[in-house]
Amino acid sequence: MSEASLTRTKAPARQFSVIDFVGRFAPLIFLIALVIVFGVQQPRFLSSLNLFNVMRQISITGLISIGMTFVILTSGIDLSVGSLLALSGLICAAVAKGGTENTLSLSTAEEVGYGVTLAALTAMAVGTAGGMVQGLAITQLGVPPFVVTLGGLSIFRGMALLFSNGGPISGFNEQFRFWGQEKVMDQVPVPVIVFIVFAVLAHIVLRYTRYGRHVYAVGGNPEAARLSGLNVNLILVSVYTIVGFFSGLAGFVLAARLNSAEAVAGQGYELDVIASVVIGGTSLFGGEGGIPGTVIGAMLIGVLKNGLVLMNVSSYTQQIVIGVIIVLAVAFDRFIKSKRRA
Amino acid sequence: MQQPLLRMEHISKAFLGVQALNDVSLEVGRGEIHGLLGENGAGKSTLIKILSGAYKPDGGTIEFDGQMVNVGSPQHAQHLGIVTIYQEFTLVPSLSIAENVLIGREPGPAGTLIDWRRMRRETREITDRLGIDLDPMRLVRTLSVAEQQMVEIARALSMKSKLIIMDEPTAALSENEVEQLLQISRDLKKQGISIIFITHHLEEALRVCDRVTILRDGRLVGTEDIGNITLNDIIRMMVGRSVDDLFRRQDGHEAGEIALKVTGLSRKGNARNPTAIFLDNISFGVRRGEILGLAGLVGAGRTELARAIFGADPITSGTVEVDGKPVKIHSPRDAIRLGIGLVPEDRKQQALFLALAVRENMSIASLPKLLRWGVFVRERAEQEMVAQYRGNLNISMSGPDQRVRNLSGGNQQKVVLARWLALSPRVLIVDEPTRGIDVAAKAEVHQLMDEMARNGIAIIMISSELPEILGMSDRIITLRNGRLTGEFTREEATEERLMQVMALEQQSIVS
Repeated sequence: MSEASLTRTKAPARQFSVIDFVGRFAPLIFLIALVIVFGVQQPRFLSSLNLFNVMRQISITGLISIGMTFVILTSGIDLSVGSLLALSGLICAAVAKGGTENTLSLSTAEEVGYGVTLAALTAMAVGTAGGMVQGLAITQLGVPPFVVTLGGLSIFRGMALLFSNGGPISGFNEQFRFWGQEKVMDQVPVPVIVFIVFAVLAHIVLRYTRYGRHVYAVGGNPEAARLSGLNVNLILVSVYTIVGFFSGLAGFVLAARLNSAEAVAGQGYELDVIASVVIGGTSLFGGEGGIPGTVIGAMLIGVLKNGLVLMNVSSYTQQIVIGVIIVLAVAFDRFIKSKRRA
Repeated sequence: MQQPLLRMEHISKAFLGVQALNDVSLEVGRGEIHGLLGENGAGKSTLIKILSGAYKPDGGTIEFDGQMVNVGSPQHAQHLGIVTIYQEFTLVPSLSIAENVLIGREPGPAGTLIDWRRMRRETREITDRLGIDLDPMRLVRTLSVAEQQMVEIARALSMKSKLIIMDEPTAALSENEVEQLLQISRDLKKQGISIIFITHHLEEALRVCDRVTILRDGRLVGTEDIGNITLNDIIRMMVGRSVDDLFRRQDGHEAGEIALKVTGLSRKGNARNPTAIFLDNISFGVRRGEILGLAGLVGAGRTELARAIFGADPITSGTVEVDGKPVKIHSPRDAIRLGIGLVPEDRKQQALFLALAVRENMSIASLPKLLRWGVFVRERAEQEMVAQYRGNLNISMSGPDQRVRNLSGGNQQKVVLARWLALSPRVLIVDEPTRGIDVAAKAEVHQLMDEMARNGIAIIMISSELPEILGMSDRIITLRNGRLTGEFTREEATEERLMQVMALEQQSIVS
C-alpha cells in the first residue's frame, strides 16, 4: 500500500564535506598514517630497499586479491585460492622440470624441462580451469560460493598432495627464477611489476568496460541485472574463472621466488587476500569497491607486518594486531558510510 | 448494543505533510466481524498500523475493552489482546508449527527446557479449536500458503487475543481455502473473538462481515450494517476519488499495427506450489501507440503476466508474437532483443542498482550502443545520453555521478524509464509506474507515458489505482485469479464497472 507515499526532499547539491572525503579515502589515509608512524619510529622502514621489500611480500597475495575483488564485487567469496595456488605451482614446476622428482641440479632441469613460457601458461591454465569449474558448480548446482570453494580448498590441496606425493619440486633454471627473484634496474622486484601491471589492467576492465559494469550490476542487484538483460550466470562463472587465473599466476610467481613448489604452499592465503579486499573498502554485499582500494588494502597489511617486525613485535602479537585492525577498518568504513547516507 | 470492544475516535495521521488519515472513527463490537474497505491509498493500512502500535496517531483516542489505551508498540498491542496478521507472514519457516505458535512462550520448567509434550498438546488444542488437522511437529516450510495463515491465526489465538486483524487474508488463497478461512472466522466469532477484516474482495466482506466501514482518501465515508447495504452501495462509497490532479490522456488516438500479441498464455505450478495456476489461458494484443491498462486486484496475476511476457518467469504454454512474427522468449535478454521493456513494480528491489550512479543505472541495458571496439564504454556518449534524458524527462539530480539511492522516488522512476527509452522499445510494460512517488512526479510520469505512446510505443500499464487506469488507458483489460475477465474501451470503462469485474465473482456482476 502506498499510503505513506512521501515527498522526499531533493538531495542537496554536492559540496565538500570532511565525512565524504574521509569516507572515500579512509584506507589510504590510514596507510599514510601507518607509514609515517613506522617511519618516525624506525627510519630503516623508509629505505627504498625495505619499501620494495614490502611490495614484494604483498605481490603474491596482491595478485590473488585482484581476482578476489571481482568475486567479492558480485557478493561472492573464494576460499580455495591458496590451495589452487599450490596445485598450479606444482604442475607448473613439473612442466618446467619435465617431471615430479625433486632435484636441485640445474643441469637436468635444462636438459629435460620445457621452457618457462609453457610452464607459466600451464600454471595459469590450471588456475583458470579450477576457477571455472567452481563457478559452474555455483551457478549450475546452485550451491553457495562459500560451500563450493570450501570444498575446493580441500580438493585442490588434496590434488596437490597427490600430485607431488607430499614433497616439493625445487630447483629451476635462471629464466624461471627471473620471475620471482630478479630486480629490474637493480631496484624493483619483478613480482611487484607483475602485480602492478595486472592491477592496472584489472582496474581498466572494471572501470571502463562493459564487462566491468556488468560485474558491479550483478553484485549490486542480481534481479535488476537479470531484468536489464544481463546474463547473470555467465558473469558469475567469469569472476570465479578470473580469480582462478590469478591464483594460478600467483602459483607460478611464488614457485619462481622460492625456487620451489610444494603442496603446502599458500596455506591461509585466502585470509590475507580477503582481508586486503575488504580493508580496501569493497563491500562483502557486492556492488561497491574496486581495485585501487584492494591495492591499498594489500599494502596496508604488508606495511603493518613489516613495520611490526622492524619494531620487534613478536609474530604472535602481530597476528592479534592485524586481526584487530581488520575489524576496526571495516567498522570504521561502515560508520562513515552510514554518516554519508544519513 | 453492549459496550463495544474497540472504539477509535477522531484518529488523524499525517506523513510529512500528506494527510493519510483525517478524523477517522471505527467501532468494533464484541464477537463482531467488521469489514474495513477502501481503495488503495484510502487509509486502511495506516489505521491498522496505528491500532497495532506500529504508528503513533497525531490525534484521536482509542478505547479498548473499556479502557482508554495508548498503544505504544506492537508488543503492547499483543499484550492488550490485539493481533494483526499481515499479508507477509511472520513465521519462522525452519521451525515446527508448535514452535511457531508458542514462540517466546514455550512451556517448560523455569523457562529453560522445553516441555515438548505440553507444547504439542497445547498446539493441538488450538488447532482443534480452528478445526484444522495439522501435525504440530510439521515444519512450517512444508505448509501451503493457506496452512501458514492458519498457523498465524493459531498463534493469535494462543495469545488469548480479543481482536484479530486480518490484512487481505484471502489475496493468496484458492477458492476452497477462502471458504475455509471464512468458516474459521465465523467460528472465532462464536467464541467471542472480534475480527477486523480488510479485503478488496467485496463479496467476501458481504458474506462474512456484520458491519463494514468504508474509507476514502483518508476520510471516513461511513459504517453500515451489512443487511442495509448492497454491493453497488459499497462500490459507490469506495470510488469517486477526485481525479483533478491526475493527468488525463486525450481521447481519440489512432492506434497502429498490433505490436504484441499473446495467445493462450498459461503459467502453472512451480516447485513450491505445484497446484497453483498463476495465469490461465490469457490472450490479448496491444497496438503501436496504444496504452493498454491492465487492472485487477493484488494477486490477480497482473505482475505474473508482465513477467511471463518478458521472459522473467517460465510459461507453461501459449505463444507470443511481436510485430506479427511468432517469437520465443526464454529470458529477459530475449525480450529486450525483441524490443520489449519492463519497468518492474518494485523499483528498489527489481530495477535499480542503488549503490551505483545515475549514469550507470540509466545505461545498463543500452551499453552495446555505447561501446568503443565492442569493449570500452564511451563515457562521453554516456554522459550525453544522461544529459539528454535529464532534460527530456526533467530529472532533478546533482549530476550524472550522483548515486541513484539519493534521488527521490519520482526521479528514480524516471531513471528507470530513461533506461528503457534509450533502447527505443517497441513494447513497454510498466508495472505500477507511479507507486510511491509524489503527485507532481506522478503527473510527469503520466505525461511521459502519453508521449511515448504518441511516438509509437505500445504500452501495457499495470496499476492498482483505478483513476490512473481510467485516465491513461485507451483500452482496459481486467484479470481475476489468473484469468482474463473483461475488456473495456476507454468510453465504456467506469470505476464502478471495473471494480465489479475485478472484485466480484462472475455470476454476481450486476450491470
